[in-house]
Amino acid sequence: MSLLLILTIVLPLAASLLIMTGADPRRTSLGAALVNLALSLLLFFGYDRTAGGWQFLSEWKILPKLGINMTLGADGLTLVMILLATLVTVSALWVAPKVEKYNGLYHVSLLFISAGVIGAFASLDVLFLYSFHELALIPTFLMIGIWGTGDRQAAAWKATIYLGLGSFILLIGLIALYISIPSGHRTLDLRELDQLAASGVLHPSALIYLLLLVGFGSLVSLFPFHSWAPGAYACAPAPAAMLHAGVLKKFGLYGLIRIALPLFPEAMHELNGLLLLLVIGNILYIGYVTVSQKRLDWTIGYSSVMHMGYIFLGLASLNLIGVSGAALLMFAHGLSVAAAFALCGEIRRRTGTLEYSELGGIARTAPVLGLLFGFATMASLGLPGFANFAGEVLVFFGATAAGPVMVIPVIVAVWGVVISAIYMLRAYRNVFWGPVVQRWESVTDIACGAKWAVILLLLPLMIAGFYPQLILKMAGTALPH
Amino acid sequence: MNTLYLEIAVVVLGILLLMVEAYSSSANKARLAWVGAIGLFGVLILSFLPQHAPAPGTASAAFVTSDLLSVFFVRLILAATIVFLLTVPSFFPVLRRSLPAEREGGGLGEFAILPIFVCAGLMWMVSAVDFIMIFVSLELATITLYILATYLRQNTASLESGTKFLILGALSTGFIVYGISWLFGTTGTTNLLALPSAIAALPEAAVTPLLFGIGMILVALSFKISAFPFQFWVPDVYQGAPTPVTSYLSVASKAAGFVVLIRLLGALWAIPAVSHQLHAVITLLAALTLIFGNFAAIPQTNMKRLLGYSSVAHAGYLLMAVASLASKMAVPAIGFYFAGYLAMTMLSFVVLQVVSEATGGDEISRFNGLGRRSPLLAGAMLLAAASLAGIPFTAGFIGKLLVFEVALKQGHYGLVMLGCVTVAAGFYYYFKVIRAMYWQQPAEETPIAVPGALKFLIAVLGAAIIAFGVYPAPILAALR
Repeated sequence: MSLLLILTIVLPLAASLLIMTGADPRRTSLGAALVNLALSLLLFFGYDRTAGGWQFLSEWKILPKLGINMTLGADGLTLVMILLATLVTVSALWVAPKVEKYNGLYHVSLLFISAGVIGAFASLDVLFLYSFHELALIPTFLMIGIWGTGDRQAAAWKATIYLGLGSFILLIGLIALYISIPSGHRTLDLRELDQLAASGVLHPSALIYLLLLVGFGSLVSLFPFHSWAPGAYACAPAPAAMLHAGVLKKFGLYGLIRIALPLFPEAMHELNGLLLLLVIGNILYIGYVTVSQKRLDWTIGYSSVMHMGYIFLGLASLNLIGVSGAALLMFAHGLSVAAAFALCGEIRRRTGTLEYSELGGIARTAPVLGLLFGFATMASLGLPGFANFAGEVLVFFGATAAGPVMVIPVIVAVWGVVISAIYMLRAYRNVFWGPVVQRWESVTDIACGAKWAVILLLLPLMIAGFYPQLILKMAGTALPH
Repeated sequence: MNTLYLEIAVVVLGILLLMVEAYSSSANKARLAWVGAIGLFGVLILSFLPQHAPAPGTASAAFVTSDLLSVFFVRLILAATIVFLLTVPSFFPVLRRSLPAEREGGGLGEFAILPIFVCAGLMWMVSAVDFIMIFVSLELATITLYILATYLRQNTASLESGTKFLILGALSTGFIVYGISWLFGTTGTTNLLALPSAIAALPEAAVTPLLFGIGMILVALSFKISAFPFQFWVPDVYQGAPTPVTSYLSVASKAAGFVVLIRLLGALWAIPAVSHQLHAVITLLAALTLIFGNFAAIPQTNMKRLLGYSSVAHAGYLLMAVASLASKMAVPAIGFYFAGYLAMTMLSFVVLQVVSEATGGDEISRFNGLGRRSPLLAGAMLLAAASLAGIPFTAGFIGKLLVFEVALKQGHYGLVMLGCVTVAAGFYYYFKVIRAMYWQQPAEETPIAVPGALKFLIAVLGAAIIAFGVYPAPILAALR
């Protein structure tokens, strides 16, 4: 079984190698992604929940003297994230159009992002957790720069420099963490780090936590390190935005849950006020910024920044309910934002513009597209029946239970739900309803393939919405009680 | 085997090839490069046999050593020279155009043979433990490099490059001789191994002249490793010199300079009388070199100048590790950094050589649309740029990781913070090349053909970048 976990990383890389040597890009990449999805389902349901802990382990020695090994393994939370990654990968490759320039490179870039993020989730060694994530940096730069729309060059530069700097700060934080371990115990293995922290050997300073928070935070677009995100998503081609906003961004949160939560309990407690302040910035400030957007892609880009605030709120509540809610919300938001970007890409391909002032009444001629976008909208604003709702409710419960300091953030967050209803419903109305604009009378409906690619994202969202235990029980195996 | 035999073998190889060259026909000059490369490869294999320094008490024992550091860098310099020689035959068309054509093929052979003498000089330099030896081997290497830098005699840029290199090289020679004489005057020795005990016995008043001497030597070494403020020759010389020479200059000659710096500082680092000042100077040097190299690279539009500034920037990261010399991981970190640096820098120069031959220029804009004209070259350059910028799973990342680790361990928080900013700047200027290759439209669509030898080099260097980045343990083990 441990071979399956490695395969999920190797398959996309092998497929990209095949494409580079001349295989058909679309068929090869989509085939690899579908097999990967099957593998991740096999792993998801093959995980022994009663036994818990890390399973499917495998290890290669890299720098044994420094305690650095490439260790792969998975617990419930890992498998939830890998499932998210494979679902979004299939959907993204499915909606990927045949491009004129560098068609092979387009698919290779997507496969690299996918392999990198799966590798990051499956790594038990902190250095490899970091390294795998960085595999996405150049593909993102290429995807936005070559095939992006709008002010793509500026967006690509901004995202690359921002993410490069953010991840380097993160790397410094990780090295500092490594050095703070008393020599003789030095390791980067998450399991051993947890043990060291539990046995009281490890006393990393709050400063290191701050480095990690800034580093991971800029990858997750935590306010005020968010400004790369909306533009990058708005300008990126739809499949890249889906993978980036849906999956890659969750890496930062995943890292905080994996590293900060168990290793820095005191620092997280002490600096919780700061985190809460940033969370309020994420929800309230970015929320209002989102309301003022005049284009669909920018609205969705900003909304994905805003929703990170809820997940951070769940983390900041520092209790099981809140963090479980955050985990569920990571899964839910990943799927819903990927669906939104996929549909956004479909609309852009039909109309060539996403300005609200120019769009309107598209649902008349493209009813299925409209219906699916309606579902994505409802999911994104947290309507009951979608996993987003269950996640948000858990976050609110967890935060409320965390004590009086959380009262204001919770009120802000609840108000944030209203804000997101305003901008999402307005976006839905502006694009799909109202009088039909003459230019769009002949807009075609969504194609059959793309339709199923979106349903592939929305269906699990509803399954997890009606039966959140499916995700919660899995994710719960990773969380301390 | 006595370690001196390696250098002797290299010199003999060079002399033999010179004699053969005199009688070889003009069509066969490329063979000289192949034979030279194979010969050096043989020496590289010999270097893996058990080595020992000359027996204590013999005359040569006072001059050369055979420790882990020297063995490692001897191999590194041999590898760099082999890469150089393999690129030479594909460079012949450029040479033919820019050499006075009195005789068909004249001057081509020497271009393939002179690097062997540079190689011998640099090999001696990294094994040397006496300043007399360091000076002599340095001169052997640099005088030969002056000739190579100015080789394109009908190209004014190359002449300018060679002249600047000669004048500033001579200046730095002056500094090092002057410094050595002050050092000898105060301590009575030129031997690095004897230096610590000689300094310990010095009276208080002799410390200032001693520091002055060390300072002069540091100035000269800063020229060699292109540390700020003695880096100003780098962009001009790099731009004008023939591409294979630039590549060699930025790797091998810089590596030798760093080894001498490590040996000098290693001898002085723990001596209370001078350590304080040295720590401060090296830290400052590292900081300034990082800032200058990285920020001056940002506006560059010429690929050779960009790589020149990038080599200054990398000297900054290496100096970060030198400033942390007290850590026992510092020297392995530097060695590893250089192994990776060799692969990624020489790979980018190989690509540059082909691109500038095909497009007729060295500007970054010549790389426009390379992804379409030659996916192989663009992919190789992408890999090299990723490694130079420090993306994981490449040699450059592990190098930076090790350097930042030792720097943090030694408490150089300021340098580390500065390093974060300069790494981000690095992302910008290396990605500028990636942007040209993939975002921009090519000026023409014709595919670019890559000579077979260079294809082989691209494959080997590319594989090395990834192999070092995924499995660095063997390289590190060679230095511990």
